[in-house]
Amino acid sequence: MIQIFRLFRHELKCLLYTPSTYIAMVLSLLLMGFFFFVTLLTISSEEQDQLPPTLFFSLFWIPVLLIVPMLTMRSFAEERRLGTIETMLTAPIQPSQLVLAKFLAAYSFYLMVWALTIIYPILTSLVLKQPEFSQKLFHMGALTGGFLFIAVSGSLFVAIGIFTSSLTRSQLVAGMLSFSILFMIIVGVAAIHMQQFDSGAGSLIPGTALDYFQVFEHFDDFSRGMVDTRPFAYYLTGTIAVLGFSVLIIESKS
Amino acid sequence: MQSDQYSIIAENLCKRFGRTEAVRNLSFNVNKGEIVGFLGPNGAGKSTTLRMLTGILAATSGHLKVCGKAVPYHEREIRKQIGYMPENNPLPEDMRVIEYLKFRAQIKGIPFRKRKERIEHAMEMCELHRKARRKIIGTLSKGFRQRVGIADSILASPAVTILDEPTIGLDPHQVIAIRRLLDNLRGETTVIFSSHILSEVEISCDRILIMNQGRLVASGTADDLRREFLPGSRYQIEASGSPDAIRNTFKSLGDEWSIDLSPVPQDGYYSVSLMNRGNDSDGKEILKRLMDSGNIGIRAFHPIQANLEDIFLKATRRSWEIPAEGIPSTADEKGSDQL
Repeated sequence: MIQIFRLFRHELKCLLYTPSTYIAMVLSLLLMGFFFFVTLLTISSEEQDQLPPTLFFSLFWIPVLLIVPMLTMRSFAEERRLGTIETMLTAPIQPSQLVLAKFLAAYSFYLMVWALTIIYPILTSLVLKQPEFSQKLFHMGALTGGFLFIAVSGSLFVAIGIFTSSLTRSQLVAGMLSFSILFMIIVGVAAIHMQQFDSGAGSLIPGTALDYFQVFEHFDDFSRGMVDTRPFAYYLTGTIAVLGFSVLIIESKS
Repeated sequence: MQSDQYSIIAENLCKRFGRTEAVRNLSFNVNKGEIVGFLGPNGAGKSTTLRMLTGILAATSGHLKVCGKAVPYHEREIRKQIGYMPENNPLPEDMRVIEYLKFRAQIKGIPFRKRKERIEHAMEMCELHRKARRKIIGTLSKGFRQRVGIADSILASPAVTILDEPTIGLDPHQVIAIRRLLDNLRGETTVIFSSHILSEVEISCDRILIMNQGRLVASGTADDLRREFLPGSRYQIEASGSPDAIRNTFKSLGDEWSIDLSPVPQDGYYSVSLMNRGNDSDGKEILKRLMDSGNIGIRAFHPIQANLEDIFLKATRRSWEIPAEGIPSTADEKGSDQL
């Protein structure tokens, strides 16, 4: 356990030293700031059923597709390119400890970037000074649901990024691969669900099964304050499985 | 077999990459505290062997013990006992030297109270404790980077230190520094390193292993190898007198001596190469006989030792000329004797 903590601290330090981390953070925050601005414009132009935090978090997938590949593409690909993975694995550590440490470091950074978005409603309420609107901006249910969804789903997304990075020594390939897989998981499943002509029992993929894998469905549940164990099971088992594959790849390729 | 005296025991080690056999039936032992040099042309299987010793690469077949433990079954324990510097010495570019060594000391499990002392000791041995201490690794020269790699490998006072090409790309000053460092390590740890700089290996190592085409083609001390691959005695003599007188005098030494007389004298002295391929002879006796002959004058008499380069070329050439099965590898014989 102490080894994982030491490796985690090292990985976090490495992330902090890397320019791509800051580029990912700044670009994501700019993008999220823009989405928050769009959310405010939408709310001010016409009455909305949804609360501002829900509207803002509903665009979660765009920053995810940007942050996750940029945060994770370097992790193993760069170590493999430089050869430092060899010195790392000849130290008395397990590949699983290394994978877990890299995952935890990237995941912490991912959560931190999302946590920083709380600045937007704070600034808005400070500038507008409208208690009623501030109440809507800081609606506890919507905010908690949104952040909880980001945290739970993020674990799988970041694990996928780590996995793709373990496959190759090229950061670019790792980044593109993780972008494609994330796109398929988030947007692809929703697209199949929408395009399916017959969602009944006779269809190729049963509608209920597709619902289970629908990330947007999970977001809707979380934002409504409905905390179901099924998405937890999906993201948690998915994360463990993907990290397990990463360990196998690191062991076999070293 | 007394396995206690050996740090490394390798028996019939093989490694295949698809159809390519990188290492074939490799058997050797390394005694505790010994400094062993691994020599071989590119693609001989040196790095593959060293990587198998660290446990990072699994052997296809054979037995391998490091510090008395079988490598495939005790990987973690063995990693605690070895220090390894891979080929090309990969290092994180963005970290400072001291930060990197601190991190490595942590993950190598050096206890907190000994950590500082061990880091300082390793930095002092590698002469990193002054200027380079707080420098970013990416800005260091090749020589200093090599030193950081070596400092990392000796950090945890390992029982076995494995260095893959530690002197590659270094200037003569840096090579001397690495040699001094290896001398400092003598007695502290078993060192096994590969190198292309043959003179370096000859000076620093207690024993030399020569590999070619994945096989061990020679093993022993520099003198052992000299006796095996370039036996006999060689002398370089500068003699004055007529060429015939010189030739006749040298012929009187016996038919076993081959004589090579330079055609043109320099300052009135001819250069003569005298070689006896048979048994070793006493130089003092030969010099006495030449002086006593009275027909020639002798200005210089040098016994010539075959250098490692000649031995290396001879050993690798022999392994190319003879098919894999037919190699009369002294190394194998010696290895199996020791086992």
